[in-house]
Amino acid sequence: MRWGVLQFPGSCDERDALHACSLIGEARLVWHEERGLDDIEAIVVPGGFSYGDYLRAGAIARFSPAMEAVAEFAAAGGPVLGICNGFQVLCEAGLLPGALLLNESMRFSCRQVDLLADGPETGAGVEFSSRRPTLSIPAKHGEGRYFAPAGALDALEANGQVAYRYAPGQNPNGSARDIAGVRNEAGNVVGLMPHPEHAVDPLTGSTDGLRVFEAVAATGAPA
Amino acid sequence: MAARARVLIRPKEGILDPQGKAVERALPALGFEGIEHVRVGRMVELEADDPALLAELCEKLLANPLIEDYEIERLDGAG
Repeated sequence: MRWGVLQFPGSCDERDALHACSLIGEARLVWHEERGLDDIEAIVVPGGFSYGDYLRAGAIARFSPAMEAVAEFAAAGGPVLGICNGFQVLCEAGLLPGALLLNESMRFSCRQVDLLADGPETGAGVEFSSRRPTLSIPAKHGEGRYFAPAGALDALEANGQVAYRYAPGQNPNGSARDIAGVRNEAGNVVGLMPHPEHAVDPLTGSTDGLRVFEAVAATGAPA
Repeated sequence: MAARARVLIRPKEGILDPQGKAVERALPALGFEGIEHVRVGRMVELEADDPALLAELCEKLLANPLIEDYEIERLDGAG
């Protein structure tokens, strides 16, 4: 599988994402002004501070040419993974439901968290759960408090759109219902605040992050 | 002549606003008692050739309508 990793001015985790993707396939960077994704079979919208996070995290990046191409790619069923700022961008772009707000503590939080993979009975999340109940992955963000109106949260849970939850007691930001990541209704777009790309090498303590990339790869190729 | 406007953006009612809470908690230490329900938002001033675009501009960029309310205030006396 050939991955494309978006790069905005202000991205800072695109190199680790590129490395993670290259462990399970081929990968190249996609500059924010680029629209040509013809050679790409899966997209990562990486972490960082795209366009300085001016106005709101992710608010400006959503209007980039590359994000317009990603919206078309996602609509055609292509797998998309948004990590941290990438998750914020996907929410701002309307490709994922909800929004990410300032951490309840008002502090930037940086720590290793355990994630529970969640999801529809046939989805990739359940595969994780049976192979390994939790994923140990670092989370580092100041604006990671997942929010959606209560009715929308009920619908997400009923539809199996909650992709990841923080393990009990480990919610670092006050996210509603301990939600760390969600997927779209079709299941091909996934976003999460913690950083699987920083957990792909035993050197840094965990290789659980690879499972997140594998699950995205398993959601299918563009139509 | 371009229209001058001010857009006020605030967290929606019911959404926890940690900045507002932090300000509220800091006030008693400075001797300000009885201040409640502090909410911190954003203000954007701009000039627009076509003020009819302002609402769409707010919906699409200046505010995130899922989490924020906004008000458009014209500064040049026009409605």
